[in-house]
Amino acid sequence: MKLALKLAYRNLMGAGLRTWLNVIVLSFSFVIIIWLKGVMTGWDHQAKTDMTNWEIGGGQYWHSTYDPFDPFTITDSHAPIPDELKKREEAGEIVPMLLVQGAIFPEGRMMPVTIRGVNPSQNILHLPVKELITNDGTIAAIIGSQMAKVSQLKEGDYVTLRWRDANGTFDATDVLICHVFSTNVPSVDLGQIYIPLSTLQEFALLPGEATLITLKNAEESATEYPGWVYKSKEELTRQVDEMIKTKSAGQTVIYAILLLLAMLAIFDTQVLSIFRRQREIGTYVALGYTRQQVVGLFTVEGSMNALLAALLSAAYGIPFLAWQAKAGWTMPIDTSEFGMAIAQTLYPVYSLGLVAGTVAIITITTAIVSYLPSRKIAKMNPTDALRGKLQ
Amino acid sequence: MESSNTIIIKGLYKRFPVGKGEFTALSDINLNFAQGEFTGLIGPSGSGKTTLLNILGSLDVPSEGEALVLGNSIGKLTTHEAANLRKVSLGFIFQSYNLLAVHTVYENVEFPLLLLKLSATERHKMVMDALEWVGLTDKIKSKPPQLSGGQCQRVAIARAMVKKPSLVLADEPTANLDAANSHHILKTMETLNRELKTTFVFATHDDKVISYLRRKVYLLDGRIDKVEVIHPNS
Ligand SMILES: Nc1ncnc2c1ncn2[C@@H]1O[C@H](COP(=O)(O)OP(=O)(O)OP(=O)(O)O)[C@@H](O)[C@H]1O
Ligand SMILES: [Mg+2]
Repeated sequence: MKLALKLAYRNLMGAGLRTWLNVIVLSFSFVIIIWLKGVMTGWDHQAKTDMTNWEIGGGQYWHSTYDPFDPFTITDSHAPIPDELKKREEAGEIVPMLLVQGAIFPEGRMMPVTIRGVNPSQNILHLPVKELITNDGTIAAIIGSQMAKVSQLKEGDYVTLRWRDANGTFDATDVLICHVFSTNVPSVDLGQIYIPLSTLQEFALLPGEATLITLKNAEESATEYPGWVYKSKEELTRQVDEMIKTKSAGQTVIYAILLLLAMLAIFDTQVLSIFRRQREIGTYVALGYTRQQVVGLFTVEGSMNALLAALLSAAYGIPFLAWQAKAGWTMPIDTSEFGMAIAQTLYPVYSLGLVAGTVAIITITTAIVSYLPSRKIAKMNPTDALRGKLQ
Repeated sequence: MESSNTIIIKGLYKRFPVGKGEFTALSDINLNFAQGEFTGLIGPSGSGKTTLLNILGSLDVPSEGEALVLGNSIGKLTTHEAANLRKVSLGFIFQSYNLLAVHTVYENVEFPLLLLKLSATERHKMVMDALEWVGLTDKIKSKPPQLSGGQCQRVAIARAMVKKPSLVLADEPTANLDAANSHHILKTMETLNRELKTTFVFATHDDKVISYLRRKVYLLDGRIDKVEVIHPNS
C-alpha cells in the first residue's frame, strides 16, 4: 500500500500537465454538481421564504369561514379585530387585512378581483403598501406585475373599482395605480388589488373589521380567539413543502444525471489512459509486480486523482460556492415569463450531506473505474501487455 | 552436472494460436545454461529469440516440454511465484526499452529496488552504482522522452542490473547504441558476469554482441540450428 501510494504519487506528478488537466476537469464536476444542486435547493427555500415574506409572515389568524380556495366565502368572512390583537397592531407585531370581492374595469372590460385592505404603515409583509399614502385624497392602489400585465394597467393609470358593501349594495370609485410591484408569489399578485385598510373598511361598511391577521413572528402557543382560526406557519407552508418534495424527486434525477456525466468523463479518461498504459503494466509485471499490486497501484492512482480534484475544488470551490450563496445567482433570462415562482436571483443552499456525498460518490467511482480496466489488463498475458496488444 | 545449471530446457515447444490454426514459434528446444554463462541466442528476425527469452523470464509459458529457471519450472508456477522469481532473480532488458516515461532516470532505475525491502540509503547507492556502469550519472533527473535512443537503452540496462540479479535476459540490448557505447556496456556486463557470477542470456544479431559471447546458440525457424562454444584461450 505504501509502495502503491509512492508510485501513484510519482506517476501523477511525473505526468504533470496531463494529471492537472484530469484533476481540473474532475474538480469542475465536483463544483458544478454541488453548485447546481445548491441552486435547486436554494430555489425551494426561496419559494418558502418568499411566501413567508409576502404572504404568511409568522402565521395567520383566519376568520373562521374564510377559505382561500372558495372566493364566495369572502363575502361573509370578516369580523372585528379582537382588542388584544389591535394593541399588538400598534406595536407592529401583527398586520390585519380585509378582503372584499370586487371588480375592476380596465378599458371597459370587467375583471373580478379581490380587494385587499392593508394598513400602509405595516412593515411585516414585503408588500410595498407605503406607496398607498397620498396627500391629495386620491385613492391609491397597488398591484403586482402579473396583474398589471393581465389587466394592461401601468403606474399612473386610473381604473374603476367596484365592490359590494356589507349591505350588498354595489358602489364604485376610480383608483390610481400608484405602484406596480414584482413578487415571486403568484397568490399575492394575480387577481389582487391593494388599497389602504381604513379606506376599504369605509367602502365596505365594515369599520374595524378584518379577514386575515398576519403575525410578524411565529408563536409557540397562539391565543385562540372566538371566530378566528389560528394557522401556523408550518400549516400554511405545507403545500410548498409538498411541492418541494415532489420537485426534489425530479432534482434527484438531474443530480444523478450530472453525476453520471461526470462518471462517464472519469471513466473515459481512466479507461483510455489505462489502455494506453498496457505496456507500462506489462513492464511492472516483468519487473516483479503481482497482478494485485498492479491493480492496487492503478486504483490508488485513480483515487488520488479524485482526491487531488477534491482538494483543488475546495481551494476555489469553497470561496466560489460561499460567494454564490451570499450574492446569489442572477438568472440570465427574464424569469417573469415563466409563469411560476422563480426568483430572478437564486441563492444556492448547500448541505453537508450534498458536499460529502458528491465527493464520496465521485471518489469511489473514480476508484472503481480505475480498478475495473486495470484488473482486465493485469489479467492479460504479460507478453501481450508488453506489446500493447489490447486496443 | 545439472545442479550448477541456471537454466534447463527440455523438449520445449511454443505454439501460438493464429486464426483457426497454430503457429509453432519454438520446436524441440533442448538447452542448458550453466550459472555464470555469457550466452546469446542468435538468429534472423522471427526465429523465436524473444519468444524463448519471454519463457525464460516467466512472462510466457511453454506449450510443451519443460523450462527450469533457477529451479523453478516455468508453466507450473503460480502467478505469485512467477512474480517473485522476476522480482528477486531476473533482470530484463527489452528490445523496446519499456521505460516508465513519466519517471526520471533515477526513478526508473530505482523501480525494481522498491519491490525489494531495501532502505533508502541502500537503494540510493545501488542506483548510483548502476548509473555509473552505464555512464548516465549526469542524467538522473531527465525523463526518458528527453533522452536519445541509446541513452534510453542504457537506462534499461541499468534498471535490469541494479539489483544484481542471478539472471539477466537481454533482448537486443545494443540495437540503438553506437559502437563505443556498445563496447562500454558489454564490458560492464562482462565485469558483472565475472564478479557476481550473473548469468547473461542475450538475443541478438549484432556482431559486436556476438563477439563477446562465450557460447552462441543459433536459432532458425524456432529450432536450434547449431551451438558454438568459444574456448577462453582461442
Ligand atoms: N503472441 C504471438 N502470437 C502469434 N505469433 C507470435 C506471437 N509472438 C511471437 N509470434 C511469432 O513467433 C515468431 C518468433 O517471434 P519472436 O518475436 O520470438 O522473434 P525474434 O527472433 O525475437 O525476432 P526479432 O529479431 O525480429 O525480434 C514470429 O514469427 C512471430 O510472428
Ligand atoms: Mg525479438
